[in-house]
Amino acid sequence: MFAYLVRRLFLMLVTLFGISVVIFFLLRIVPGNIVDILFAAAGYVDPADKANLEKELGIDQPLVVQYWHWISGFLRGDFGYSYVSEKPALQEILPRIPITAQLAGLALLFSASIGIPLGVISAVKQGTRLDYALRVVSLSGLSLPSFWLGLLVLTASVAMFGQMPLFNPNPQSFGEAVATYCIPAMVVGFRSSALTMRITRSSMLEVLRQDYIRTARAKGASDAAVNYQHALKNAILPVITVIGIEAAFLIGGLIVTETVFNIPGVARFLVEAIRWRDYPIVQNLVMLIAVVVVSANFIVDMLYAVFDPRIRYTD
Amino acid sequence: MRSVRALAATAALSLLAFSTIALAGGPKQGGILRMYHRDSPGNASIHEGATYSLNVPFMPVFNNLVIYKQDVAQNSMDTIVPELAESWAWVNDNKTLTFKLRQGVKWHDGKPFTSADVKCTFDMLMGKSQQKFRQNPRKSWYDQVSDVSTNGDLEVSFNLKRPQPSLLALLASGYTPVYPCHVSPGDMRTHPIGTGPFRFVEFKANESIKLTRNPDYWREGRPYLDGIEFTIIPNRSTAILAFVAGKFDMTFPTHITIPLLKDVKSQAANAVCKVEPTNVSTNIIVNSTAPPFDNIEIRRAMAMSLDRKAFVSILFEGQADIGGTMLPAPNGLWGMPKEMLESIPGYGPDVNANREEARKLMQKAGYGPDKHLAVKVSTRNLAEYRDPAVILIDQLKSIYIDGELDVVETANWFPKVARKDYMLGLNLTGNAVDDPDQSFYENYSCGSERNYTNYCNKDIEKLFEVQSQETDVAKRKKLVWDIDKKLQEDVARPIIFHARAGTCWQPYVKGVTVMSNSSYNGYRYEDVWLDK
Repeated sequence: MFAYLVRRLFLMLVTLFGISVVIFFLLRIVPGNIVDILFAAAGYVDPADKANLEKELGIDQPLVVQYWHWISGFLRGDFGYSYVSEKPALQEILPRIPITAQLAGLALLFSASIGIPLGVISAVKQGTRLDYALRVVSLSGLSLPSFWLGLLVLTASVAMFGQMPLFNPNPQSFGEAVATYCIPAMVVGFRSSALTMRITRSSMLEVLRQDYIRTARAKGASDAAVNYQHALKNAILPVITVIGIEAAFLIGGLIVTETVFNIPGVARFLVEAIRWRDYPIVQNLVMLIAVVVVSANFIVDMLYAVFDPRIRYTD
Repeated sequence: MRSVRALAATAALSLLAFSTIALAGGPKQGGILRMYHRDSPGNASIHEGATYSLNVPFMPVFNNLVIYKQDVAQNSMDTIVPELAESWAWVNDNKTLTFKLRQGVKWHDGKPFTSADVKCTFDMLMGKSQQKFRQNPRKSWYDQVSDVSTNGDLEVSFNLKRPQPSLLALLASGYTPVYPCHVSPGDMRTHPIGTGPFRFVEFKANESIKLTRNPDYWREGRPYLDGIEFTIIPNRSTAILAFVAGKFDMTFPTHITIPLLKDVKSQAANAVCKVEPTNVSTNIIVNSTAPPFDNIEIRRAMAMSLDRKAFVSILFEGQADIGGTMLPAPNGLWGMPKEMLESIPGYGPDVNANREEARKLMQKAGYGPDKHLAVKVSTRNLAEYRDPAVILIDQLKSIYIDGELDVVETANWFPKVARKDYMLGLNLTGNAVDDPDQSFYENYSCGSERNYTNYCNKDIEKLFEVQSQETDVAKRKKLVWDIDKKLQEDVARPIIFHARAGTCWQPYVKGVTVMSNSSYNGYRYEDVWLDK
């Protein structure tokens, strides 16, 4: 188990180094930089002013030097200054992380708490009307783009209640707090709950056909015990994998949802920073996200080993 | 006894007068104006930007020397009123503009405002001071100012190289606030200090901008509001839905397109909406330094193929204006008369006849039904640029020009235009001040940074100078019309239309005036109040 852990940890560090190089150089490949955008906003380009500003921001230096400055700063916890707001990048990023983290956490919770039970029910009731209905719901979850679903929810709430759940950093009531976080979380989690449900269903169907399930039933175990204690326990591995992958994909969904619901989280902030070519924000934020995603995968790998002893012994 | 009765009568009359004012709906103090903002401005320094995304939230923080009267929709010389100045006078054969400054004005940090602050601001704008702006997009506005001198703490003079009556108009723009000497340009980008009716509280990028009432404001009784809060909502659908749901008292100014206005009115029937010209023209920039558009005949043919009414009816349901460089009347002060406009090739009402003429010019240049000219029509990747570009491509087909849309990201647009890496471009030009000096010098003067097409005509340049010095408005107007006509005939930058847009507010918001010939100058908000 220890060797497995060390090897995974090493792979994690190599992956993060690779990601840092890719982030840094991809950003530089994208045409235009912050100075181009600032001058574009002002409607003119003055070559001398442009050169001065590039020098002031340090983007006139060789790429290797820029990379070294960034990555060494990142490792020291010095994230530099945002080109746009001229405030410390960390000061810009940190307050936004809890907002997105809460949304992502709620979305995953919604996804798992809806997707897994419904997947089990759908598998157990295979071929019934309920199964068909649940499959239609899951298919619609996979088909509906979250920006459209978000706008639909907003439009419906304005049309039906004359109100809309727009983000408020200081909610006045419990209801407002629920609306602020839960509705966007449900919108973004709807897709992953559909995926979780489909994976749970197919995995359960496979397990339910196994001999040991028949044996359990023959021994007189109740339906609930068979489905949830014997079958689900063995069908859960692919579901955990999918939830782990979905955690990474969630960022994409959150960008859209944060924009539609006007939530000042990191996902929307990242898109704005890319638009402004605000390198210190984009690089550090993407790197932080990469650390989270790679760590999540690492934890999933560890959970595999915990749930399936064969992995820790053979790998 | 008699005096007691007199006192009682006076008190009763005062009470009656007060209640009459209250019943008549006189301005009320208090309340926070909630508005959404369309975009997160890059910084908070008006002098370093060229978008009204900056003016709207930060103009209330500042004062100018003079300002366009905030409750009159049409900006003109007659509506300029003193602000930090108490009065002004033209002296020395109209070559010196002297301002007497207001006494006792304080910056928001408590320091006194003096003539030194005015000198600092304009020295920096002219590039003459040690401290520099990171960007200085309106430096050319002060080309005719040789220096700014002070006479004590309360008098300042702008000494000009030659008379320029329009300087006063430029000084009255929302783009011309006075900055404090003691705050660096860097600090002004993040935490602006002004003398205006509202103090800056915070600016959270992509989130919100907050202003609070300045209790020491020099204008007694103003502002009425306790503060203004801007929530930044880049998604237009979300923003408008939030306004409809009553989350905001006001939309971002001129943010509602004409087609969207119907939606707003149908969902919020009580909302007050006003449509006004924005003084932003949609135009074509032509690279006349390279074939095929180095040929004036082809440029003329292209200009004659335009069906401007089609643009206006498709994009604005008929609510936009057709004109030359200057915004047309009645909102614009300097637009050509209709007859003069229609005498310009391509502006005549018979589009088919214009296009027939254009096809002849194309055939003369070697193109025809069997030999089409392939061009790329470059434009920014924004809806207000893309949509007219698509219509333009469709219209060019009628004169054997096959256009291909080349969508360019904002970051690359101006560098691309600056290095002349385009054939045809669809562009938007905003005018902060409805004055020919601002428009002509900025967009058509030889060597100007914003003269993207490098159009340079020395004869016209001389006329620019003549009109700029003319103090008789009627005479100047005629000169301006002639120049504008010549610019259109030269296909310097064919103007397609001048846009209009809507602003909406809830019925309890009072004292809002939407400017009708500029979208940069009307955001002091000291007269706005909430009837709640």
